[in-house]
Amino acid sequence: MNSPAPNDQPKSEDTSLTRKGVAVQVRGLRKSFNGHEVLKGLDFEVKPGEVFVIMGPSGSGKTVLLKHLIGLEEPDEGEILIGGESIQSPEVMSKYRMAMVFQSGALLNSLTVGENVGLYLSEHRLKTPEEIERIVAEKLEVVGLKDTVNQMPSELSGGMKKRVAIARALVIEPQLIMYDEPTSELDPLSAVVIGDEIVHLKKRIGVTSLVVSHDRDLAFGVADRIAVIHEGKILAIGTPDEVIKREEPMVQKFLNADLRHLEEGNKRGGRR
Amino acid sequence: MFQNIGEMVVLFWRTVLALPLLWRHRQKTFDQFFEIGNASLLMVCILSFFVGGVITLETGPLLVDHGLSSYVGGVSGYAICRDLAPVIMSMLIAGRAGSAMAAEIGSMRVYQEIDALRTMNISPVHYLVLPRLTAIAVALPILVIFAILVGWLGGAVVCVINPRISVSFAAFLANLRDLVDVKDVGNGVFKSFVFAILIGVVSCHQGLITIGGPRGIGRSVTKAVVNSIVLIVIFDYLLTRILQK
Repeated sequence: MNSPAPNDQPKSEDTSLTRKGVAVQVRGLRKSFNGHEVLKGLDFEVKPGEVFVIMGPSGSGKTVLLKHLIGLEEPDEGEILIGGESIQSPEVMSKYRMAMVFQSGALLNSLTVGENVGLYLSEHRLKTPEEIERIVAEKLEVVGLKDTVNQMPSELSGGMKKRVAIARALVIEPQLIMYDEPTSELDPLSAVVIGDEIVHLKKRIGVTSLVVSHDRDLAFGVADRIAVIHEGKILAIGTPDEVIKREEPMVQKFLNADLRHLEEGNKRGGRR
Repeated sequence: MFQNIGEMVVLFWRTVLALPLLWRHRQKTFDQFFEIGNASLLMVCILSFFVGGVITLETGPLLVDHGLSSYVGGVSGYAICRDLAPVIMSMLIAGRAGSAMAAEIGSMRVYQEIDALRTMNISPVHYLVLPRLTAIAVALPILVIFAILVGWLGGAVVCVINPRISVSFAAFLANLRDLVDVKDVGNGVFKSFVFAILIGVVSCHQGLITIGGPRGIGRSVTKAVVNSIVLIVIFDYLLTRILQK
């Protein structure tokens, strides 16, 4: 993330597409809330430009982990390194551009969609208003919402809010982008658009992507590597092929959970 | 409690340090100023007119009965400008603007909007607190000046129409001019400036520490208003004591 510009004038330099993704290392991360240990010593590394998906059932500590990575929570033990430097150091947060797509979207309800998307650029005076307008339109077009620029977030559906939040993250041209359940509340077609965009960003600007999700289709569709987390511990980590071959019972249970047996049961019940 | 006081002092100091960025946030500051000032003006006028009327109604007959009718304007005018207008208007603004600040910032906190700002390296102090604190610190003293003038008018009207007082408008104003100095008005306006800072810091702080969903927002709003009013009364005593010297 960039520090605010020291003066009131927009910067004329082109800040886009100039930096590649960064590596992330998590070492022995532990976190408790009210005596309940949520993260129990996590260790993993995300390589620059990689799409790394963290999967796991609800309540397994995925979102808490993301909040540590963006600096919104402080670990009880362990450390997080971004580009080899500890996230605790204030310079790291200003040195690297990081963006997070929150599960709820977290759009500012008092601003229009366009103002939300351009907020980073306008607050840090990185572009002129005309340039911001153009970039906002471009990013909204990427997520298929270019006609919503003057709408308020309250006028959008949950899925549309999520896509606007992704557009807002794209504006930062991040080196590390974190997605908290990016496809929840989205219809399958929109989920494909978002999945495509995650892969497209990796290829286009080499951004490191860290995706927290329990959407197996998304995970196996976009991931270079996957980590399966359960009750604050990593049960499996590796490429999608490696993870799917793991014989750990909880991993297999999570990856193979299927509702189709209900359909069979319904059919049998209907015939009776 | 001491942790909250410490956090509020730090919040105030960080806002003061952010003052050079005020020009950048001028639009948000103006919006807040308009929201606090313009929207409260009518209510302030109505309230202060009747406050002026009541204080004159209470003191006027007593002074007249003791042969001090020439002091009616001075006594009520003095009370209005030094204490009643700043304290009552600050309480009104704590209920109106302070509660709105706590609710808005609290809801932004609960619904992760503040987290989103932080991830974009936008300081919530610069983006949310600075415009609100500046706006209330300017708007409240201006509202209090209006309140003092309208309060005096209310007192004068009661003097004229109440048969137990029966002091003319001109006599009320003449006595007011004799007993009340510009310094007294400045004293009340200064108090209102301090109260405005208290309301702004308490309300923004309560908003920023909100947890627990809609119920948490409601709790923050209540705390913001109650704590502001308690602090206004305590600081009113302290300031009165200091400014008397």
